[in-house]
Amino acid sequence: MTDALLRLVKLVKQYPTGDLALKGVDLEVPKGQVMALIGPSGAGKSTLIRCINRLVEPTGGQIFIGDREITRLGRSALRRARRQMGMIFQEYALVERLTVMENVLSGRLGYVGFWRSYFRKFPAADVEEAFRLLERVGLDHMVDKRADELSGGQRQRVGICRALIQNPELLLVDEPTASLDPKTSRQIMRLICELCEERGLAAIINIHDVLLAQMFAQRIVGLKAGEVVYDGPPDGLKPNVLTEIYGEEDWSATIQEDEDEEGEAVQAPGEIAVPSDERMAGLT
Amino acid sequence: MTDAAVSSRGRQWKRPPFITSPLLRWSLITGGVLYLALAFGTTEVNWTRVWEGLPRGKQFLLAFAPPDFTSRWDAIVDGVLESLWMTAVSTVIGILMSVPIALGAARNIASPPVYYFCRTVIAVSRSFQEVILAIFFVKLFGFGPFAGVVTLSVATIGFFAKLLAEDIEDMDPRQAEAVRATGGGWFQWLNYGIQPQVMPRFIGLSMYRLDINFRESAIVGIVGGGGIGATLNTAFDRYEFDSAAAILIVIIAIVMCVEYSSGYVRRWVQ
Repeated sequence: MTDALLRLVKLVKQYPTGDLALKGVDLEVPKGQVMALIGPSGAGKSTLIRCINRLVEPTGGQIFIGDREITRLGRSALRRARRQMGMIFQEYALVERLTVMENVLSGRLGYVGFWRSYFRKFPAADVEEAFRLLERVGLDHMVDKRADELSGGQRQRVGICRALIQNPELLLVDEPTASLDPKTSRQIMRLICELCEERGLAAIINIHDVLLAQMFAQRIVGLKAGEVVYDGPPDGLKPNVLTEIYGEEDWSATIQEDEDEEGEAVQAPGEIAVPSDERMAGLT
Repeated sequence: MTDAAVSSRGRQWKRPPFITSPLLRWSLITGGVLYLALAFGTTEVNWTRVWEGLPRGKQFLLAFAPPDFTSRWDAIVDGVLESLWMTAVSTVIGILMSVPIALGAARNIASPPVYYFCRTVIAVSRSFQEVILAIFFVKLFGFGPFAGVVTLSVATIGFFAKLLAEDIEDMDPRQAEAVRATGGGWFQWLNYGIQPQVMPRFIGLSMYRLDINFRESAIVGIVGGGGIGATLNTAFDRYEFDSAAAILIVIIAIVMCVEYSSGYVRRWVQ
């Protein structure tokens, strides 16, 4: 019917307390698009993202991934559908007492049986892929560290690996930078966007930081009190739009003036020889 | 200048009282004081009887000394071995039975009917003290260590399942949610999302319960549940206080050993 990867039709979520978190949201995300979802606290960003893989059960409307209606799936079909949706969390949500490798491999739980996962006997291809991903994010030397020994940026990179090893088509990213310092935040956002591009993934990124959203996303959706109030390109976020999303405020410092952030993304030739763990030293 | 002006106004601040309603607060206080006064006032202490009892107590204590390890040594060894066996078996059985009940009794992962059922099992197990359970099971299965093992296993459920369920309820839901989002099954979710979070508590509680079960095995023996308690009871019945003293010393030594090692293990797993 459509070429959208994800389609939300009149999505409604009402919590048992009576709070209407989503008031009929319509949204389409095409394949490979990185979309940022901005909005004030309590606007329903987190609820929206969790409705898509039904960690939160929507109370009305429909969700489609391709032609499959997620809202209709039974238990085991839902588990299979969840494998297609990698999720990255605020404050990482790694299982702290498991090792880095176990956390990454837990992304394969939907693909392997209980006893294999219980004895940590994952297929060799999964282990190989886990090593590759950890190398890609510069953590291959920390495979057997416990997750709670890592710094914030490192943990979030493990979280990214866990989501990617699911081999998803869509990434659901919930405030990935909420507890990171500004530099690490940029590095994490850049990593997520690069990986999406490499693998042709679509992503929905909940984010508080409007500047970061403008810097990395191809499209911005503004959510306010459970309704979409802005849907357009990053440079369309004018003061009047921000005022509509967040309320009255002086936005002059937030608006991005076509700033190009060279020097951070581009590496000087001399730096390439530096081992990856040192190159990532800013994240540790 | 302005600071002085403000402080000279002398504003007062008092911590708000814990119970806001003054009527309720004062009636609780006077009620409590009144009851204690009456309770102490009606406690009868016959000081002459206390005084006459003192030399008897002294004789009784002297009868313990010196402890006699030799004449009943074989019985002591048998009793201790039986108690240790009861402790190990009942702790393992009790924990195996506790785990599913603890999962059912954790509000955040069980559905309401399962939750109330499991909470009832725990409440029943907790409402009977070991001695009462032991009397019941000795009547049911006859004298001997089997009744003791059943008693300690059942008592373990009330303790272990309740505390483990509380730890499951206190876990970090985000870690469990992240594992659920990967599309794993329910048992995988338990194994990856919840088990790592509660494992230190699980091991700590197991060691603690092992310690408790050994001490209780001595009590349970006194009402017929076998083990070192039975040996101790026999010694008292025969007025062999020196042997009884030896048994008590052995019990204390073992309890201290178990307690020290369980403390060590609990620190190690954190």
